[in-house]
Amino acid sequence: MVAIALSSIFSVEESDELELSGAWKLRLLSELPIGTVGVVESLELPGEIQHHLMHMGFVPEARVMVVRRAPAGDPTVYSIDGFEVALRRDTAKAIRVREYEVQNTRQG
Amino acid sequence: MSDCCTTAATIDVPSEPRVAGRIRTVALVGPPNSGKSTLFNRLTGLRQKVANYPGVTVEQRVGRLSGIGRDDLTLIDLPGIYGLDSYSEDARVAIEVLHGEMPGTPAPDAILLVLDSLQLRRQLMLAAPVLSLGLPTLVLLNMSDLMEARGGRVDTLALAQELGVPVARISATRGAGLDSITHFLNRKAEAEKPVPAEGRIELPVMGNPRSYRQWATGISTRTKYKAPISNAWTKRIDAVLLHQVWGPLIFLAVVFAVFQVVFSIGQPLSDALGNGLNAGGDKIGALLGHSWLESLLIDGVWRGVASVLVFLPQILLLFLFIGVLEDSGYLARAALIADRVMRSIGLNGKAFIPLLSAYACAVPAIMATRTIENKRDRFATILVAPFMTCSARLPIYMLMIAAFIPNQPLLGDFFGLRAAVMLSLYFLGFVAALATARLLKSSILKASSAPFILELPQYRLPTVRSLSLRLVDRGKVFLRQAGTIILAVTLVLWVLSHIPIHTDLTSSLIGRLGHLIEPLIRPLGFNWKIGIGLLTSVLAREVIVGTLGTLYGADPATQSLGLQAALRHDLTLGGAMALVVFFAFALQCTSTLAIVRRETNSWRWPALQFVYMGVLAYVMALATNQLILHFVR
Repeated sequence: MVAIALSSIFSVEESDELELSGAWKLRLLSELPIGTVGVVESLELPGEIQHHLMHMGFVPEARVMVVRRAPAGDPTVYSIDGFEVALRRDTAKAIRVREYEVQNTRQG
Repeated sequence: MSDCCTTAATIDVPSEPRVAGRIRTVALVGPPNSGKSTLFNRLTGLRQKVANYPGVTVEQRVGRLSGIGRDDLTLIDLPGIYGLDSYSEDARVAIEVLHGEMPGTPAPDAILLVLDSLQLRRQLMLAAPVLSLGLPTLVLLNMSDLMEARGGRVDTLALAQELGVPVARISATRGAGLDSITHFLNRKAEAEKPVPAEGRIELPVMGNPRSYRQWATGISTRTKYKAPISNAWTKRIDAVLLHQVWGPLIFLAVVFAVFQVVFSIGQPLSDALGNGLNAGGDKIGALLGHSWLESLLIDGVWRGVASVLVFLPQILLLFLFIGVLEDSGYLARAALIADRVMRSIGLNGKAFIPLLSAYACAVPAIMATRTIENKRDRFATILVAPFMTCSARLPIYMLMIAAFIPNQPLLGDFFGLRAAVMLSLYFLGFVAALATARLLKSSILKASSAPFILELPQYRLPTVRSLSLRLVDRGKVFLRQAGTIILAVTLVLWVLSHIPIHTDLTSSLIGRLGHLIEPLIRPLGFNWKIGIGLLTSVLAREVIVGTLGTLYGADPATQSLGLQAALRHDLTLGGAMALVVFFAFALQCTSTLAIVRRETNSWRWPALQFVYMGVLAYVMALATNQLILHFVR
């Protein structure tokens, strides 16, 4: 109960609650800094891996948030559809995302 | 009873799809980590490994639905899947069972689709291909209590209408809402006319994840799904456990603490158990008086079996720790931290999870390699897993260390010489595994590096229920082993060591066999009794302790001594250490050989593994003995 009460005080920003607007740039997922959100544009991976990732939610228009890097700097943990998945830089390099200039917490 | 309206089940049923005939087999389907295995336990009352990292259910498990009073129905638990395309071994298993193509498994008549309501939008993607199978399906929104407590919501009735199948809210961990399943199954059994799934609801274009996602997003919007506030604790715990500096340090501390506790708490427990067993043996022996029966029962069987039984506390402690690590979700983080090291040997962090659980036992570890998508990576992991120090090595390690290594403090009272030797044996196994993997990946199993895709589950508090099921299970396996293999081996040994009648041990059958192989193992510092132990322990590693217990019990010179004292009387330090090094490398485990055969589908791999590990064991033991002979004292 305490955990639930506390978590509502320190509610963590989710990618869905962000208002994305303004100009955007096409970047590689691996280039995004921690804490930012990218919108998936395309994936260019070998067939089976691509399929697997897409079934996990990495499909065009999905929002991906960069959560943290592993202690060694790679792999990186991403948050997509409310769950976390770790990818190596090699894999993240093959995912193109749109990075928006303005990323604000949605009001109300 | 059959009247739907009198039940209190929270089940929302739209236009009823009808199916002819009776339901016999029900399949449990769901994405990885949706709580399927916990539900399986609830529904069947059967033991089943439940671990909190994605993809732990690598084998399909089958049980009777006795948890809800339906012993007549069979429930199949399938590996967690993201979609109905086969990208890994466990996904392939799930698909074959669902299509009724798995030999020996009946095609399911109905499906229970478990979805984690905390991440419903993504999990709904699996609903599309599953519903299109056209089988009667009940969608179970698991962890719905948690979702509501965290401010999430979904219109269940609207969801049922969208999907065209009944939807129920449940909590597998609490066992809430399970009456909806009974209700669903009863209703399906009575139903008569089948109505095809097509046309009733709109399903997305098959096989296209993008359209699945659009479909799932559309449904979650229309059913007013609001995702709960994400568990901030997981993120905050990860900020520490995956911290650049603290992460690896905590990881090492965890591994170290496990061994320290197994040692410092397990040893006194094991000593107490040993004293109790010996006292019991003496009592029974006194009742029997001096006779051949006393010799057979007490010196032979009792000593042999008891010398292995005393290690039960340590083995259970080890399994308890591995269980806590798995169930809490830490294992996935450990894999993330280890990815860098694993990459340098040509594997990826995912291979680390089976390797870590191989500390308990290589058999479940080898089955857990099915989550590794790349076949060559998977084979390499299978081949090196038996190098990891499994719990069956603990008895001989503990025995030799207690007998030969003085209890000297190294770093205060907390870390002694004995713990240091133990830890270096674990380290030795780990290094051998890494080096072998490297060797394999740069030779016969060479392949381009496979990607690392790992879902990180939220942290959970391991439940007492799941942990105790695990321990009871493991305890039973160990006791069964002691009651069958070890009992049989000690009996046979006792008989062989007393034939011909009225001879001493050296000229008995077993003595002659031992002396026959002695020249081969003498350079390692082993005597003939150890040689017999090496032979019997091909069945299972812990058998050597029982064998030594029986052989030293049958020898008049050492009969009155405890096993540790008897060994000190008979072996040098070099021989003792060579023996534990031999055990660190050798593959003495028929269960492992059998499972490798099954998983690789050929005798070639287990044979290669057995010979490679055996040769390595011999060479390393030889080196150990010679080094100690020349450099210590």
